[in-house]
Amino acid sequence: MSGTFTKAMARNVFYGGTVFFFLLFIALTFDTMQGLPKSDNRAAITPAVAAGKHVWETRNCLGCHTLLGEGAYYAPELGNVYKRRGPEFIKAWIQSMPSNTPGRRQMPQFNLTDKELDDLVEFLKYTSEINTQNWPPNIEG
Amino acid sequence: MKYKSQAVAMPYFIAAIGLFVGQILFGLVLGLQYVVGDFLFPSIPFNIARMVHTNLLIVWLLFGFMGSAYYLVPEEAETELYSPKLALGLFWIFLAAGALTILGYLFVDYNTLASATGNDILATMGREFLEQPLLTKIGIVVVALAFLFNISMTMLKGRKTVINIVLLLGLWGLAVFFLFSFYNPTNLVMDKFYWWWVVHLWVEGVWELIMAALLAFVLIKVTGVDREVIEKWLYVIITLALVTGIIGTGHHYFWIGTPAYWQWWGSIFSALEPIPFFAMTVFAFNMVNRRRREHPNRAAVLWALGTGVMAFLGAGVWGFLHTLAPVNYYTHGSQITAAHGHMAFYGAYVMVVITIMSYAMPILRGRQANSNKAQVIEMWSFWIMTISMVFITLFLTGAGILQVWLQRVSEDPMPFMMVQDQIALFYWMRLWSGVGFAVGLVLYVVSFFIKGKEPEAVAA
Ligand code: HEM
Ligand code: HEM
Ligand SMILES: [Fe+2]
Repeated sequence: MSGTFTKAMARNVFYGGTVFFFLLFIALTFDTMQGLPKSDNRAAITPAVAAGKHVWETRNCLGCHTLLGEGAYYAPELGNVYKRRGPEFIKAWIQSMPSNTPGRRQMPQFNLTDKELDDLVEFLKYTSEINTQNWPPNIEG
Repeated sequence: MKYKSQAVAMPYFIAAIGLFVGQILFGLVLGLQYVVGDFLFPSIPFNIARMVHTNLLIVWLLFGFMGSAYYLVPEEAETELYSPKLALGLFWIFLAAGALTILGYLFVDYNTLASATGNDILATMGREFLEQPLLTKIGIVVVALAFLFNISMTMLKGRKTVINIVLLLGLWGLAVFFLFSFYNPTNLVMDKFYWWWVVHLWVEGVWELIMAALLAFVLIKVTGVDREVIEKWLYVIITLALVTGIIGTGHHYFWIGTPAYWQWWGSIFSALEPIPFFAMTVFAFNMVNRRRREHPNRAAVLWALGTGVMAFLGAGVWGFLHTLAPVNYYTHGSQITAAHGHMAFYGAYVMVVITIMSYAMPILRGRQANSNKAQVIEMWSFWIMTISMVFITLFLTGAGILQVWLQRVSEDPMPFMMVQDQIALFYWMRLWSGVGFAVGLVLYVVSFFIKGKEPEAVAA
């Protein structure tokens, strides 16, 4: 790291390289945004889905669960829970919490209204139909 | 201390350490809730404790970065800080905002907190690491901008060294990418896509600039190696970091509804991301070997070398472990992720902040280095925390391998909760390692209160 490779050259490589790869990243982002309608299931986004996402966020579900593999690892993956359990099970489950089984991990009672429950299920249905390149490997998430 | 105004760094460092203690306490709560599920339920459910744990981490690292900048920028620029008053005012604002937010998490129902703080006007909450109420997020931006103004003005009126330029680039980048936390479309795929512009472009992008600059500063000080050499290294390292790390964001775009080509871009570029971390390790050892003097603060040298090694292990090795798409298909969102997250955050950012605190705190307290006795305690805390973190990582990796096997690979996949019961032993061992970590942290705090005679500097 001496001799002909000077500090000025190192600096120029830094700025040049950063700008180049950042622009490439922007180009890829642009292309992704163009392609997303094919995979992100946006056609299914209804007011109910939007409201469901709001319920999901304001109860901080992601603080225990993963959604498409991101979040916390304390409780099961919910990106595919609609397919694993179906709408009625999901609603009944949320309403019956907490289980109060001694020593077992507990999920809070959120006192959701019927509408909030329906919206949440709609959001989970929309999520389960996003094209995730076949992730997770099986229905257990 | 060369400039009076560097003293504003001190409250920042003290707050950082205090919040670090809080973070670890909540880490222990989480670790216990993993095996005794109803511990503290319903007063502190897991999601609340986790939010406190991770947000305290981020906030104390930000305190650490800001304190480091207030210490380092004037010294590098060879001038007093533009406005020490502003720096002190911002300290109290940031501390109050941080404390209120944490108290809000703990004592107000999250949904109520959300509606009370404007989340219905602009919904930004309920996303991992970005759980802060809108008002807190705005507060962070305001504090960050005022802070950046202060240190940018300081640099502009003084010497523009490479270390200062790189540090400022990193800090400006931190603030700019945080703005994406305000973008939360209903479209979940786009939400996730830009969420990573905060999280990934922070830890595998602009924060690496901050880390490299802080490390370079401490190495110049403790080794006396020629600035020219260190600055050239610095440029090489940050070039490697951004060239690999920006497109490397793609390793989060494998399975979230984005096009399949990201599996190639993400795998290839992120597989190269360990290189800058490796370069930092080589850099640190190289400089210490070529040192022109024996700095009396041996603890700071130990932290600097440790940062290099642990960042490479946590980010480089444990990152590489699960970054290729065919592997990540199985490990995505498992305990493997948690293992990596812990060692990477500790090895890179926790340790680099401790490195600069270790170097600067004695000077801020009016001595070149702490007494031998205090340094020995500090070095014990280094080893206990670091080894505990290695064990936390190893046990989580064990848990992760079993989890992936039982739940995702085997012919007859088991449900999530059943798998968790199977691997409880690993969670117990992680918890005990966490207790070890807490002991190390207590020793670290204790080391600040050990008195004794200042050691003499010796020429090499
Ligand atoms: C006493 C030691 C610690 C214990 C027992 C502990 C425990 C935990 C637990 C149980 C979680 C939640 C995992 C989940 O979502 O299911 C967590 C998350 C996290 N902790 Fe810790 N922790 C400790 C120390 C630390 C330290 C020192 C750091 C930083 C260097 C840290 C950084 C994090 C991060 C970044 C996450 C989020 C991880 C992710 O999303 O993958 N923790 N911790
Ligand atoms: C100091 C630098 C780094 C830090 C602090 C860090 C931290 C983290 C954290 C906290 C997560 C979990 C995010 C979540 O909650 O969803 C994560 C995920 C990930 N990291 Fe890193 N990381 C660093 C560097 C790296 C590097 C260099 C690589 C690759 C070589 C890497 C590869 C990954 C991958 C593939 C994931 C996604 C895991 C999954 O699919 O669940 N990381 N990182
Ligand atoms: Fe990443």
